[in-house]
Amino acid sequence: MYQLLKQIIAVGIKTEAPPQADEALRVVSQRLQQEILGMFAGSLAIRHVDAGSCNGCELEIHMLNNPYYNIEGLGIRLVASPRHADLLLVTGPVARNMEVALLRTFDAMPAPKLVVAVGDCGCSGGIFGESYASRGRVSNVIAVDVAVPGCPPTPTALLQGILTAISSGRHGAA
Amino acid sequence: MAFDSLPLNLTELPGAVPAWQGQATAADLPDICQAVKDQGGRLASLWGTDEQDRGLGYALHLALAKPEGMLWLRAPLPADRPEYPDLASIFFPAGRMQRAARDLLGIDADAADRRPWLRHAAWQESAHPLRREFAAANVFEQGRDDYAFIAVAGDGVHEIPVGPVHAGTIEPGHFRFSIVGEKVLRLEEHLGYTHKGIDKRFQGMPLAEGAKLAGRVSGDSTVAYAWAYCMALESIADVAPPARALWLRALLLERERIANHLGDLGYLGNDGGLAFGLAQFMRMKEEVLRLNHQLFGHRYLMDRIVPGGVACDLDRNGLDAIGAECARLEREVRLLKDIYDDHSGLQDRFLTCGRLTANTANKLGVIGLAGRASSQGWDVRAQAKPAPYHLLDVRMKTHKNGDVAARVILRFDEIFESLRLSRAVIERISAGEIAAALPAVPAGRIGLGWVEGWRGESVVALESGEDGSVRNCHAHDPSWQNWPALGFAVINNIVPDFPLINKSFNLSYSGCDL
Repeated sequence: MYQLLKQIIAVGIKTEAPPQADEALRVVSQRLQQEILGMFAGSLAIRHVDAGSCNGCELEIHMLNNPYYNIEGLGIRLVASPRHADLLLVTGPVARNMEVALLRTFDAMPAPKLVVAVGDCGCSGGIFGESYASRGRVSNVIAVDVAVPGCPPTPTALLQGILTAISSGRHGAA
Repeated sequence: MAFDSLPLNLTELPGAVPAWQGQATAADLPDICQAVKDQGGRLASLWGTDEQDRGLGYALHLALAKPEGMLWLRAPLPADRPEYPDLASIFFPAGRMQRAARDLLGIDADAADRRPWLRHAAWQESAHPLRREFAAANVFEQGRDDYAFIAVAGDGVHEIPVGPVHAGTIEPGHFRFSIVGEKVLRLEEHLGYTHKGIDKRFQGMPLAEGAKLAGRVSGDSTVAYAWAYCMALESIADVAPPARALWLRALLLERERIANHLGDLGYLGNDGGLAFGLAQFMRMKEEVLRLNHQLFGHRYLMDRIVPGGVACDLDRNGLDAIGAECARLEREVRLLKDIYDDHSGLQDRFLTCGRLTANTANKLGVIGLAGRASSQGWDVRAQAKPAPYHLLDVRMKTHKNGDVAARVILRFDEIFESLRLSRAVIERISAGEIAAALPAVPAGRIGLGWVEGWRGESVVALESGEDGSVRNCHAHDPSWQNWPALGFAVINNIVPDFPLINKSFNLSYSGCDL
């Protein structure tokens, strides 16, 4: 236990300031947290669905939870059920074998709900494109509010995409 | 030579790993496979190709591995009856691969299990996407997927269906547990949800571009796949990358291993109830990724390995930064290992949990990290030794217990070994070019790539087509061999231990859904 506590103290706090939502919004981190506070009572619940990704985007979604990005500190939680979620984070080109599961997950979410398509594949189908096995971009299957490009997008880009979605969501999109 | 006792005419393939090609009749395959098995060999991969444009019907391909080399065996199958004998009774992992080959190409092993594997409901049984007459853009009406799970009967037995969308941020797949109380009697896996037509997508792609697609077969192993693909292409072109490029490739591969093992150790601590471990290991992983970005321009090193060499170089400062990072990681990971070792709550969750015995692992043909944790001594870096590993004397780690604890210990051991190898690379790396030009490649040549990624071996079998394109490419993930092992490891464990056991294997879905 001594070693454990010593390590916690030695490492200290690594959490960095969250990024700005986007150029036009130009709000500081407190304002962004207030968006979450105002619209989602301080807590934004995100459900993730891998609709056919190579698992690269999942690696970066995992990294959002590390002490550097610390999304829980912003009031953002990744939740286990779509019924608890405000926002759906979808990775991958939509594999046709995942099409039904993606639609059911989306349908299971209570309204209002937001969808963020993640990665080059989620935005455009990426290198896999559209075929007998792939529906390509996420918006070919469900309506998308914000698309975050990148292969994979960095945690900062993901966070910006999420914040952009909730900022625009306030103006009635959902 | 590794396979010279077989009654086959073999030709050696040029390139970084000892590899041979040969041809056999479908009827002879069981005897050949049995002979390879008796000599300590195993099935590395099985797939099929359409050769009707050459008037040759279809072909079944086997990649057979021994520690010292790999044999690529091709068996022609007639167009009117593309059938071959079931090989799953000799090599257990053949079963799912045979089912996948039937779904994609309509070639049929004479096997008892007639259920589809990669085909759910997106195309009909009569359609075969890997046939050349099948246009990739073909889209069928989505049907209903009613996979016939095997039911377990008895007093108090009930089922828990899980997935394809899981509770955590992981890839999709379906697990069907048959349980009594909390005890797992049987786990049946139904995968294929992320099938996105990779083999079909490869066809006709420019050979150079194929490295990018290979690097996205399983994103967490992008270095291993890109290297395996480039190794195959360099074998076809009979070009060896410059020495500096090979040193850098090894450095990238070890960094991929370190980053993934760090992440897994964090999640294993977390699943065992020690959130401290997750925070610490994910912090270290983030720091490794940031250094990757700073030195190589990509956090996960995607597209850094290119045909002929690498796309990034390191200056003195870069080498020094890696040296300093190795020293820091060595110190911190040792400290965390002590904390994990001394944490009785964590060890109580790890020890004896999800045990895969050496005997079962051997019968299932389990490889890679999970195999080594159950006494299966396979590591391409230490055995076939693609350059520069022939100069690095990799010390393969194994463990005999086969439980979660063994897979945790192995990850720690392999991080320390990868740090040692990284230091050896930065000490020994030679000056010079980082890429060789590839000449135009004639059609119809084949090459193999074989690389030990962090999870296990990535195998790429490549055949060139007309005008510098890919005719066929098959990428094989070690998860094919290891998914069935998870099903055995959970038997008699309680359901709440499944996430921990699953994480200790950490297999790829995308890698074998293709």
